[in-house]
Amino acid sequence: MASVGKILRRSFLIGSAAIVGGVAFGVYYVNRPAPNPLKPQEGEAALNPFVLIDQEGVTLFAPRAEMGQGVMTTWAALIAEELDVELDDIRVLHGPAAAAYYNSAMLGEALPNKGYDISDFQHNLAEALGVLGKVLSLQVTGGSTSMKDGFERMREAGATARETLKQAAAEQLGVDRSLLKTEKGAVVSPDGSRIPYTKLAVAAGQIDPPSVELRDPSKWRILGRHHPRVDMVGKSTGTAEYAIDVRPEGLKFASVRINPKLGGEMKSFDASAAESMPGVEKIVNLGNGVAVIASNTWLAMQAVEAIDVDWGDAPYPPETDALFGAIAASFDGKANSAMRDDGDVSVLPEGATEITAEYKLPYLAHATMEPMNATALFTGKTLDIWAGNQAPTIIQSKAAEVAGLDPETVQVHTTYLGGGFGRKGEYDYTNIATKLAMAMPNVPVQTTWSREEDMRHDFYRPGAMARMRGAVKDGKAVLYDGQIAAQSAVYQAMGRLDVPAGGPDKVLVEGAFNQPYAIPNYRMRGYVTNLQVPVGFWRSVGNSFNGFFHDTFLDEMAHEAGRDPLEFRLELMKSEHAPSAGCLEAVREMSGWTGKTPDGVGRGVGFCYSFGTPVAQVIEVIDEDGTIRINKAWIACDMGLALDPNTVEAQMVGGMIYGLSAACYGEITFSEGEVEQWNFPDYDALRIHTTPVTEVRVLETNRHMGGAGEPGTPPSMPALGNALFDLTGRRARTLPLSHSFNLLI
Amino acid sequence: MPASLTINGTDHEVDLPDDVPLLWVLRDEVGLTETKFGCGVAACGACTVHIDGEAVRSCQVALSDVWGDVTTIEGIGTPEAMAKIQQAWVDHQVAQCGYCQSGQIMQAAALLFENPKPTDAEIDEAMQGNLCRCGTYPRIRAAIHTAAGKLREA
Repeated sequence: MASVGKILRRSFLIGSAAIVGGVAFGVYYVNRPAPNPLKPQEGEAALNPFVLIDQEGVTLFAPRAEMGQGVMTTWAALIAEELDVELDDIRVLHGPAAAAYYNSAMLGEALPNKGYDISDFQHNLAEALGVLGKVLSLQVTGGSTSMKDGFERMREAGATARETLKQAAAEQLGVDRSLLKTEKGAVVSPDGSRIPYTKLAVAAGQIDPPSVELRDPSKWRILGRHHPRVDMVGKSTGTAEYAIDVRPEGLKFASVRINPKLGGEMKSFDASAAESMPGVEKIVNLGNGVAVIASNTWLAMQAVEAIDVDWGDAPYPPETDALFGAIAASFDGKANSAMRDDGDVSVLPEGATEITAEYKLPYLAHATMEPMNATALFTGKTLDIWAGNQAPTIIQSKAAEVAGLDPETVQVHTTYLGGGFGRKGEYDYTNIATKLAMAMPNVPVQTTWSREEDMRHDFYRPGAMARMRGAVKDGKAVLYDGQIAAQSAVYQAMGRLDVPAGGPDKVLVEGAFNQPYAIPNYRMRGYVTNLQVPVGFWRSVGNSFNGFFHDTFLDEMAHEAGRDPLEFRLELMKSEHAPSAGCLEAVREMSGWTGKTPDGVGRGVGFCYSFGTPVAQVIEVIDEDGTIRINKAWIACDMGLALDPNTVEAQMVGGMIYGLSAACYGEITFSEGEVEQWNFPDYDALRIHTTPVTEVRVLETNRHMGGAGEPGTPPSMPALGNALFDLTGRRARTLPLSHSFNLLI
Repeated sequence: MPASLTINGTDHEVDLPDDVPLLWVLRDEVGLTETKFGCGVAACGACTVHIDGEAVRSCQVALSDVWGDVTTIEGIGTPEAMAKIQQAWVDHQVAQCGYCQSGQIMQAAALLFENPKPTDAEIDEAMQGNLCRCGTYPRIRAAIHTAAGKLREA
């Protein structure tokens, strides 16, 4: 632990550097020399700034991607809280791809504990393992980790900047720093006169930053309250810039068709018809697909569609049934993990009633509103990439490989993301954009996928199956033995990063093995299916299927036990994890839960602990002349400290709607190796008229900070299925529900 | 074929094939990128603009078929001088990723031209063609009600 501790201490030191006309505050890379690590030496990596102050004003860098979750505003708020600047008076930008912007919280999640039972010791260990994030240069936005990751570092950056500016003012005024105060972007002297930070920036750049203490939360004036998001005016006037909107001088527009038999080769193509189509400037052979560069995106799309291609076969069974046959067959092999194995599930407790059930969930697409696109400019010596992305350092190194360049010559410009949900942590689309830029050097090329190309070339949420066996006795669950089988999104993603994959895949069983229920005989095993269907991280990842499997079967056990399903869960949870129980109690009260519903009304409860945050939901469905409408929803969550409760509410509602959209309509199927869904008409989502009226309560009792972006998604699917069971008496063991229930569309 | 268009009160001459959809004329030719591409098949509403005050999916209107003056979201307000409906969007902190919101706002603006006091059911009817994958619908509904109130006061 000592060496890890040393690294940690060093990594939390915030340094400063003089810049032209001002000063920057930020962090240095982990392996800087131990003595006086804050002095940049000749040729060493430059400081990666979080705060930049010059004569123009104060600029904050949020090196996490703003994909709708409000991270830009809340990271800025963390800095502003300590720096004493108003959010209205500063600029917030996406940071560049840089090693020092590693995600410390994400790798902390890789520990094999359940999360909710984490001790302070384990919590520290999780932070220590987070150092690996730096070593792997994981500047990743994902895993609902941004607040956990930024909470200390951003406040330290703000406090360090504040004290350095005060020191500069102290030297100028000839008074002790302790006599000075700061407010609204200025140092205030004992006589009340103000020196703006902008006037102190140059002097501050010459001062070694003093050590700082963070303010007590009782003194906070920004954190813990809602502040208007810094991106809101731009997004309400159309002026916020997404990757698809960048317009470098001389821009050309491209579109692409990759083999729809995913991973298959391209045998040959005939582009003779496309070559003479209007606006076409170049046809590009990508090896596994073709692209057209043109004067207009639509003309490029028309031309690329006109190319006649002979595609090779997919490297997986071409039909959906065969894929699920392979998933089912993996139950016959050796388990990949048994992350939970309490008591003895091999013996049915005396007098207990046993039930079993099998569940099956489809592959799912991310379907971000902004179709996949990226813009690139290749000069032969340098490469610039503009992309909405969740992993700029990965994109940088992969594009460098494609272009045969040193990664340091590749600039990744991160724009706003028109939705991410995990899709934009991949680098396929930026590699394609790089290849097209290389086909037309010195000309910026924007490559935009059609919606159909986007839908049919995703890294899908894996299709998954579960076999559950449980037993109830005297109204309680006494045995829960679950098996889950799916492709491993983690193994595949590691493969794409050239990292050897193997060992127990915690993500495959998350949402099942780590649920806070005191069931004496409790085992959860994972089985990895080896298939080449491209799979990846879809909002809430393993929890997106396990939340449904685990909670739906609990509901089945509650009914078998003749118990109210909410009380049944609560009783098992109370002794195990109080914040989780608090969420269930909250939705019970908010919804006026009685366990009884009138004719034509059904209610279901769902619960999942994920990303450190327990979330309970109650969903109400009503039968309107044979059509079922989702009428109301109540959500309670507890992530501990909620840095911006209004943004948390938005994430909880949005996460639930994303989950309900999948539960109602979402399904990716395969025929002849190709995805059968093309566009929103056959991969639809909740719309304004199908969205329930929702009430959210944000609790703050959890001792450890949890995530917000994903935990709202997993409990929505079982809550809806359980509500439909209450309404109709029919149990949904597969999704989407539109196949088996007459839902309002 | 050269064609002339009036967009946000300004005349533009463009030289593109007749069948290029208005969306791609706006985005790639005129440089008005605030109108978004989402699906290309009129299934998501991200590309909604007004032609003579009527909300249309610009991905489905060919250049040669544009029958009147085009208004995009730039034409109803700017960050410095937002329209009341845009201010309502800010007041309710509607946007998450924000990508669909230009289309949502243009659709809602057209609704409020026609119906200054829409009910929830009328909002459902008018807005259900506009998809939002972030799930901002409850705040969109609230913002439309607020904007309707402000417009009636004015």
